[in-house]
Amino acid sequence: MASIGKIARRTFLFGAVAVAGGAAFGAWYVSRPLANPLRPGDGESAMNPFVVIGPEGVTLIAPRAEMGQGVQTTWAALLAEELDVAWEDVTVRHGPPAEAYYNAALGAEAVTGGAYDSSGLARNFAELVGKAGRFFDLQITGGSTSMRDGFERLRVTGAATREALKQVAADRLGVDVARLTTEAGQVHGPDGTALPYADLAAEAVGVETPEIVLRDRSEWRYLGRSMPRIDVPTKSTGTAIYAGDVRLEGMRFAAVRRAPHRGTMHDFDSREAERMPGVEKIVDLGDGIAVIATNTWLAQRAAEAVEIRWRGDLSYPASTEAMFAAIEAGFDEDVNSTLRDDGDADTPRDMTEVTAEYRAPFLAHATMEPMTATALIDAAGLKIWAGVQAPLFTARACAEAAGVPDGRVTLTTTLMGGGFGRRGEFDFAVIATRIARAVPGTPVQVTWSREEDMTHDFYRPGMIARLRGGVSDGRAVLFDASVSAPSVTRQVMRRWLGMAPGGADSIVVEGLAGQPYAIPNYRVRGHVAPLDPPLGYWRSVGHSHNSFAHEGFLDEMALAAGADPLDFRMALTRDEWEPAYGVLEAVREMSNWDGDRPEGTGRGVALVHSYGTPVAVVIEVVAREGRVALTRAHIAADPGVALDPRNIEAQLTGGLTYGLSAAIGEEITFERGIVQQRNFPDYEPLRITQMPEVSVRILERQARIGGIGEVAVPPAAPALANALFDLTGTRARELPLRRQFDFVV
Amino acid sequence: MPTSLTVNGTTHEVELPEDVPLLWVLRDALSLTGTKYGCGVAACGACTVQIDGEAVRSCQVPLADVWGEVTTIEGLGTPDALHPLQQAWIDAQVAQCGYCQSGQIMQAAALLAQTPAPSDAEIDEAMAGNLCRCGTYPRIRAAIRAAAETREG
Repeated sequence: MASIGKIARRTFLFGAVAVAGGAAFGAWYVSRPLANPLRPGDGESAMNPFVVIGPEGVTLIAPRAEMGQGVQTTWAALLAEELDVAWEDVTVRHGPPAEAYYNAALGAEAVTGGAYDSSGLARNFAELVGKAGRFFDLQITGGSTSMRDGFERLRVTGAATREALKQVAADRLGVDVARLTTEAGQVHGPDGTALPYADLAAEAVGVETPEIVLRDRSEWRYLGRSMPRIDVPTKSTGTAIYAGDVRLEGMRFAAVRRAPHRGTMHDFDSREAERMPGVEKIVDLGDGIAVIATNTWLAQRAAEAVEIRWRGDLSYPASTEAMFAAIEAGFDEDVNSTLRDDGDADTPRDMTEVTAEYRAPFLAHATMEPMTATALIDAAGLKIWAGVQAPLFTARACAEAAGVPDGRVTLTTTLMGGGFGRRGEFDFAVIATRIARAVPGTPVQVTWSREEDMTHDFYRPGMIARLRGGVSDGRAVLFDASVSAPSVTRQVMRRWLGMAPGGADSIVVEGLAGQPYAIPNYRVRGHVAPLDPPLGYWRSVGHSHNSFAHEGFLDEMALAAGADPLDFRMALTRDEWEPAYGVLEAVREMSNWDGDRPEGTGRGVALVHSYGTPVAVVIEVVAREGRVALTRAHIAADPGVALDPRNIEAQLTGGLTYGLSAAIGEEITFERGIVQQRNFPDYEPLRITQMPEVSVRILERQARIGGIGEVAVPPAAPALANALFDLTGTRARELPLRRQFDFVV
Repeated sequence: MPTSLTVNGTTHEVELPEDVPLLWVLRDALSLTGTKYGCGVAACGACTVQIDGEAVRSCQVPLADVWGEVTTIEGLGTPDALHPLQQAWIDAQVAQCGYCQSGQIMQAAALLAQTPAPSDAEIDEAMAGNLCRCGTYPRIRAAIRAAAETREG
């Protein structure tokens, strides 16, 4: 089978600078210098697409979406580490949409492919990158890649900038560059002369620097330490600016109401709405209407008052039942992928056989901030303010909607009130653009109601997994999985790139394939189910449902083998991949797995390898007055390099919470093509009263840096389901778990 | 006829229909955008403000029914003059996306004003109406405990 490949060390080109580094992507892609999109102000110098130096200090363009994961803080640390500026003096901005900001980590996996830890997202990009040459289009925040992308790139950027500044200083002082040192935004000469970076910057733009060697970890001042997050003070004082907090002169507020079945409308009668207070204009969107008013609530209320006749055009099965019938029918379609096929799954052998079917529902993202964007169209072009995970695609789509050339679109990426994949879509920005087009010269802020947001999401798809396992002498000898789910990728790529990749959709099987277990006969086959309801990437994507099947079923196999579920997993990982064994060992100790435990306690374990990081979770549950309460959760993860431990702890805790929330209570259902859940009372996320105590341990035993933002989501559901089995003897093979168990609320 | 409204110590004359919820008066008329819209049905707590010190869901209080002085997150403290609870929130590094945190802090401030040393169960009960999708609940608990201890100490 494939194993985690060694990363070839090679020299690659970074702009005009040759750098010795360890990036895995081909130099042939990055050797093309990309235009610097920055337009520095007076007295400022754009050293490269990431660094602006001016009298006020250093500004870092961190073109990854800050949606709560702390990317701006750690990217600032990565830059400061090599640039020799005080971390707290770095100002961070999202910056413009531009090719220079392609996600090298997504691209790298796409180009190199191969290793069994590459995510489905990256695998699916491979075809587009390879065949369509869209490498530089990937200005995307997703696939838990921000640190994998920035880890080397930002340090290289910092070092290259520093060396260019030193070169200018050397020329100016007439001394050898080797005699200069840098500290806190200044170059120091041998005689003690201090030259501020701002005085050198203009001359240093474009200066070629020698090969760069990045500093050893033992010299790090910021990385590997818990930095106070840049965005926390504003977020604790109500002064952080999200898309809905933009305030412009003469701005109006709009609400939308679009076809609940995602089709179109016959006609509408807005006479009553037009007479309502504050209403200024009703806009025909074709698939619904928008109301422009002086106040968001007045707009929302008027939108409800518009009488609309919808068309009956439905492009997907009408009910949840019909959707799952189509997913079942997927098993009759040709096998789309066999991304794992070790040994021989078909030969009969002497073993105890176990079979089961697992199901997972459709899910909404339900970000705390509903979809919101502000747009202004005037003679200069389109200006748009939105929180988006794919700015380049968003800007292009909005340009088309506005009828202006790409070059006349200014997209300001704001902070995001949660993303989870939802803001990789640009529908809400395009709609704001279309509404703004109806009132040229007037800025319009379009805030979706929670009801619009929940019923017009791009959902995590439902899936069915059919599993067959074999155990013999207490060991797993066979794991044979088939999974059927509709293709998220084909749909998202149609929206992003106007073309859908053919071939294997590895997202359908990720979480089932690519797990670090040594099972001699191990096969995972994927079927693309024949249905196309609105689907999107949802935090951890395919892993979010497939890990539930894999890790729930592995517990069933352990039971059949008469083995402790943790022992069973440790035996399967020990020789396969040490970091996976390491995280299991860690949760064993953290949870006191081998100690006594009180009567009426259940616990479950799950191990999932996603985005390059193995994560083990143990969850403990108790019965409390006939209801189940989650008491403790233990998480151990090995991202190789822990750039900011406290923030990683937050991401792992948050990922687990997102996974538990879905596992316990979340489900999207359809009737007549209409999503039945409209607001939080119908789609109830986890509340503080249900939240277990969480302990986190971060290991750094694997050789390469792994992702963090999504990796604790997938093990949440199976660890909880396994704990519930331990407590009650009832095996959950469907989500959400509230269908089978009463939880404390 | 304008409606008179006192927010963070300043009185405003608001020209809006009296049934407009306080949330949308604050955000769209007064540009006090720290208070957030999350659901409009009092199910998420993102719009929590205080009226005469009591935590309320501003999406459910029509302008005409505002019975006292309103305090929003902007009035609790500012980046240069933090309220002790905001300091505790920063010390505990609570926020992730941050969108729910104004409401969380306003709810917690009302809790501590009434119950200066809340038990863990009292914290959970008081905060049960405030959703967070990022999973900051453990740090919310920790920040409230720390703020309570600072007051005690």
